Amino acid sequence: MSSILKLQNVTMKFGGLTAVNDVSFDILAHDLVAIIGPNGAGKTTLFNTITGIYSPTSGSVIFNQKDLKNIKSSDVTELGIARTFQNIRLFKDLTVIDNIKLAKHTRIQYGFWDGIFRTKKFHLEEKKIEDECLLLLKLFKLDDKKDFLAKNLAYGQQRKLEMARALATGPKLLLLDEPAAGMNPTETRELSELIHLIRDQFNMAIILIEHDMKLVMEIAEKIFVLDYGNLIASGNPKEIQNNKRVIEAYLGAEIEASL
Amino acid sequence: MDYYLQILLIAGIFITLTLSLNLINGFCGQFSLGHAGFWGVGAYASAVYSVYYALPLPAAINMMIAIIVGFIAAALSGILIGVPCLRLKGDYLAIATLGFGEILRIIITNTEKIGGPRGFINIPHWANIIWVYAIAAVAVVFMINLKRSSFGRAIISIREDEIASENMGVNLFKYKLFSFTIGAGIAGIAGALFAHTQQFLHPSNFNFMWSVIILVMVILGGQGSVTGSVVGAIVLTIVPELLRFAGGNIAAWRMTIFPVLLILLMLARPQGIFGPHELGGSKLRSKA
Repeated sequence: MSSILKLQNVTMKFGGLTAVNDVSFDILAHDLVAIIGPNGAGKTTLFNTITGIYSPTSGSVIFNQKDLKNIKSSDVTELGIARTFQNIRLFKDLTVIDNIKLAKHTRIQYGFWDGIFRTKKFHLEEKKIEDECLLLLKLFKLDDKKDFLAKNLAYGQQRKLEMARALATGPKLLLLDEPAAGMNPTETRELSELIHLIRDQFNMAIILIEHDMKLVMEIAEKIFVLDYGNLIASGNPKEIQNNKRVIEAYLGAEIEASL
Repeated sequence: MDYYLQILLIAGIFITLTLSLNLINGFCGQFSLGHAGFWGVGAYASAVYSVYYALPLPAAINMMIAIIVGFIAAALSGILIGVPCLRLKGDYLAIATLGFGEILRIIITNTEKIGGPRGFINIPHWANIIWVYAIAAVAVVFMINLKRSSFGRAIISIREDEIASENMGVNLFKYKLFSFTIGAGIAGIAGALFAHTQQFLHPSNFNFMWSVIILVMVILGGQGSVTGSVVGAIVLTIVPELLRFAGGNIAAWRMTIFPVLLILLMLARPQGIFGPHELGGSKLRSKA
């Protein structure tokens, strides 16, 4: 299978602080990968580097055979990378369905004047978008909430809406930043099913950052471990659980405690 | 009769002006305090056309040309100011636009050809109340349709959350500059109407005070609400005049009473009369 995302010696420095240090890895087109590591290990910085919010100090990010150097964050979305945020960033005062419609922004086929003069093309395209958005909301069991303001949804539903919104941009690679944060065990279980469903139904690669080890070990096929910006280990869940450096850096206490 | 007509004229021009600032301030969330400057540029540019360069055409066609001139001149000054200023956010943007608005006004004050501090006279009376309200109606339809199109959604998302908006593929700078330019351009159209109904322009018509008044109209009606802008513009033009007729002390105190009413309204409804919504908003939305 072909590689969709390739990181080559990516380093990200903020002044004297090296947040990500010489990280290289390959993500295949259908991978479900987790990135783990203690707080401050550089996981979110890595996401920001991939999505073009930061441009790496050195090294390169190659998505779909295209170097993302100097490509604006908004254009990275158009190329096919979508993400969610650690602290939810919905458009709070817009309705649920408008949140999703917005994500279709780069795929809209009608022009500015079609919108102003409400041409046939505008109506057809808006209808199509509306239907697609409703389908997506149905998948996330949010269709009955479509006219709610986003800020009035329960926390777990807001997280789901953010994922639905990311999917609506039509990505080939989905980055989830702590999707299970703040969810209860039932919601987390639902989430793990949902992530599998998304990958199979939309046929994309998924990278997630997550602290919930149960979820990570259950769904990830491959795990990358970051510590102080260094990639210290990679492998399948079993290998990671038994990796000495990982246990030292981070998992040790948890595994011993659970034994 | 002239007095009432004048109030209606001004209310109509302010509807267009308020809508234009609402695009920048209410839709896109960019805090601009220099809007009267764009209004002034449009007014003076259109008057320069009608006084010095008018073609031998019927008044209605000439007025169309004057409106286009006003739009282009104000939109160009919008680009000129927007490119450097839109990199700033919030308070800093407000101060920068305030400064630029004043610069525009001072340039006008010091240009002899357009009357300088004495004012610009002899502008032909090409526009009337029908022009004013026809343009206001076009502006209303433009804004409502924009709000419900993908373009408008992108602009509104910038107000809601810039980072998330960019993450949805919205080119922040492009859309901010678009709202700023079109907002300035529409203010320029309002300026052209003002020039050709009043037949006289003075730099003091376009000072900082007026930027604030337009802003108050936007906020009073509800930021992001087209209906709100219309109501805000009408209320703020007519209520101070109504107080004139209240008789006795009230008339004398009207400029004190009026701000107090505004404060009370803002305390009761900080989101403005309509909030971000429209009259009959749910109906409009389900059709879209």
